[in-house]
Amino acid sequence: MSHTATAPEATTNHALRAHLYGLPGVDEVGARARAQDLSTRSIKTTAKAAAIDLAISMVDLTTLEGADTPGKVRSLCAKAALPDPADRTVPKVGAVCVYPDMVATAVEALRGTGIGVASVATAFPAGRAPLDVKLADTRRAVADGASEIDMVIDRGAFLSGDYLKVHEEIVAVKEACGDAHLKVILETGELNTYDNVRRASHLAMRAGGDFIKTSTGKVAPAATLPVTLIMLEAVRDHHAETGRRVGVKPAGGIRNTKDAIRNLVLVNETAGPAWLTPDLFRIGASSLLNDLLMQRTRLSTGTYPGPDYYTQD
Amino acid sequence: MIFEYAPAPESRSVVGLRQTYDLFIDGEFVPAQGGEYVTSLNPADEEELAQVAVAGAADVDRAVAAARRAQETVWGRMSGAERGKYLFRIARIIQERSRELAVLETLDNGKPIKETRDVDVPLVAAHFFYYAGWADKLAHAGFGPNPRPLGVAAQVIPWNFPLLMLAWKIAPALATGNTVVLKPAETTPLTALVFAQICQEAELPPGVVNILTGAGETGRALVEHPGTDKVAFTGSTEVGRQIARSVAGTDKRLTLELGGKGANIVYDDAAIDQAVEGVVTGIFFNQGHVCCAGSRLLIQESIAEEFLPRLKARVAKLRLGDPLDKNTDIGAINSAAQLERIRELTDTADEEGVERWSPARDLPESGYWFAPTVLTGVSQAHRVAREEIFGPVLSVLTFRTPEEAVTKANNTPYGLSAGVWTEKGSRMLWTAERLRAGVIWSNTFNKFDPTSPFGGYKESGYGREGGRHGLEAYLG
Repeated sequence: MSHTATAPEATTNHALRAHLYGLPGVDEVGARARAQDLSTRSIKTTAKAAAIDLAISMVDLTTLEGADTPGKVRSLCAKAALPDPADRTVPKVGAVCVYPDMVATAVEALRGTGIGVASVATAFPAGRAPLDVKLADTRRAVADGASEIDMVIDRGAFLSGDYLKVHEEIVAVKEACGDAHLKVILETGELNTYDNVRRASHLAMRAGGDFIKTSTGKVAPAATLPVTLIMLEAVRDHHAETGRRVGVKPAGGIRNTKDAIRNLVLVNETAGPAWLTPDLFRIGASSLLNDLLMQRTRLSTGTYPGPDYYTQD
Repeated sequence: MIFEYAPAPESRSVVGLRQTYDLFIDGEFVPAQGGEYVTSLNPADEEELAQVAVAGAADVDRAVAAARRAQETVWGRMSGAERGKYLFRIARIIQERSRELAVLETLDNGKPIKETRDVDVPLVAAHFFYYAGWADKLAHAGFGPNPRPLGVAAQVIPWNFPLLMLAWKIAPALATGNTVVLKPAETTPLTALVFAQICQEAELPPGVVNILTGAGETGRALVEHPGTDKVAFTGSTEVGRQIARSVAGTDKRLTLELGGKGANIVYDDAAIDQAVEGVVTGIFFNQGHVCCAGSRLLIQESIAEEFLPRLKARVAKLRLGDPLDKNTDIGAINSAAQLERIRELTDTADEEGVERWSPARDLPESGYWFAPTVLTGVSQAHRVAREEIFGPVLSVLTFRTPEEAVTKANNTPYGLSAGVWTEKGSRMLWTAERLRAGVIWSNTFNKFDPTSPFGGYKESGYGREGGRHGLEAYLG
């Protein structure tokens, strides 16, 4: 298990490869079985209520469409600040996630709410742009007030074995972020194997990412439970090795309360309770929030109010 | 945040327990002639579940006679396709009543509901479906153009997988045209008695399946009865030896599935997280009450220091408690006697200087409980490396080279199971070829399937159950 060895100072592609290929492999069948086993946990009553509120506070409420307009972004921000107009006890969401050109609009709309703006950057979702463009993209989003940047890794470089390029880009984007937190999107649906997911996770953490994130939401499969499990194992191991806690953000495909709670169980039993905070676990989603709100109401009143009682933004 | 899982108990209401259960002979429930009953307990809280009849010699006579009559007049003459229909019907009823069977099994045995619900009962149904499919294809099974049933089978099963072991015994016997007299274990008779009701519901001809409850004496009377053609036993090696002696010199055929001391070999290039899972499943599944449990971890010395803390961290996360709670990973020990045996053997480890570790936690006050335990610093000479503990106790040994791993794994009187963990295919095959064990799992453990034969080398018994091979034990 050479991954516990201290990383060499001078980073070369050779050294990175040696490090990443020294990580223990992932047995695909076993990883799936473990995720499946944990997904059968039965979370009821008080545990469910606590989990729902925690999940709401972890939602990165997202709109990433070509058709996004200032109006759409403002209405999403209003939703983030007041998820359920009928119930003011609902916690606020983790952040609002938008494209860079919408950051200023979102920051303005969220002023005074304490909710941060996350922006995808670095030529999201493909990431196929020169580095200086990616850095300019990042700097502009930060300058407009984004407190979190969700970058994409260069999957082409990763799959061609150029780990140094992936590493250097993350380092450069991290620098461009300044005080903003950096989430590194691995786009696991394109990395394809669980071994690659583990390697990319460790590469992103080593390069300084504050979070590792599964997907852009534009590629299927997105955030599957086994992928999130492997990333949680990676942050657990990175913490054991370095003492630094890196966050995890599954994004894409988490649409209902049951899926969200399954993710929280994975966190609880893999990385551990220390990760059960919006500082270290986020869920990238758009439609999930209303299901969480509906389940929350059902738990406290015993009835489903129906989807028309929740705002569609 | 501490994420406490609220209690999530499966409802007991689906089970309608009777106060007393009688013997199932010739299609009917009848009292034992001796009039004696024993109590079946819930091992999780020592609650009395039901009174169960104790069969004596006269009852064995009646049951064997009924089985003989049914075999000669109905079941043995029936076409395979017709027998298959009955077995398919039984399989479907098991599926329909799966929740009831799972809850009852958990109550009577103490194992977690997630195992009875997700493993035991689905496998029971799968066994009946699988052998139902063979019933009309026996001429193509590779045992000649016209294989014949043996006649009447005496079957004695253990308490660790009560209904699953019943399925392993009854499904192939019936598919091949034999009739059976089966004795479930004295501490776990209840699901077998519900199975008897299922046979009635399926309108199985009377006498094809007979269930005799009772303890060791009943089992002895059954296996020694001269009127049977076949004895099938799953249980301890000690009792297996007695049975082999009593059957020796008779015309009866015999299959034995006995104890084990399975080795789980973890090489330094293994997929570590999955290997940790596999080691945990290997020994803590069903509280370690598994004859093929991976009770010896053989870990390559070069990674032992890193592997063991990961293993312990994982064991510390196991949830022990109410077996009916859907989030329970480890349930109760099946009986006071078994708990005593586990304690006694584990105590020898303390005396022999082995290091013992369990996660800090309180055990429930009533019922029979034993914390998951990891013993490190174990060597081949220690009793806990040689004797079957049949409980949630893992003995950890180390090895330096593949040769040493194989030598240590095979250095046991048993030979039922082994697991090998490596990402290198050639090493996997090299190791598997050299292990003397009936079942070898590659990067997994404790996986069962009706299509796969199961059985042991050496003192783990002889004969195979499951798959096409499992038919052979019931065909002449």
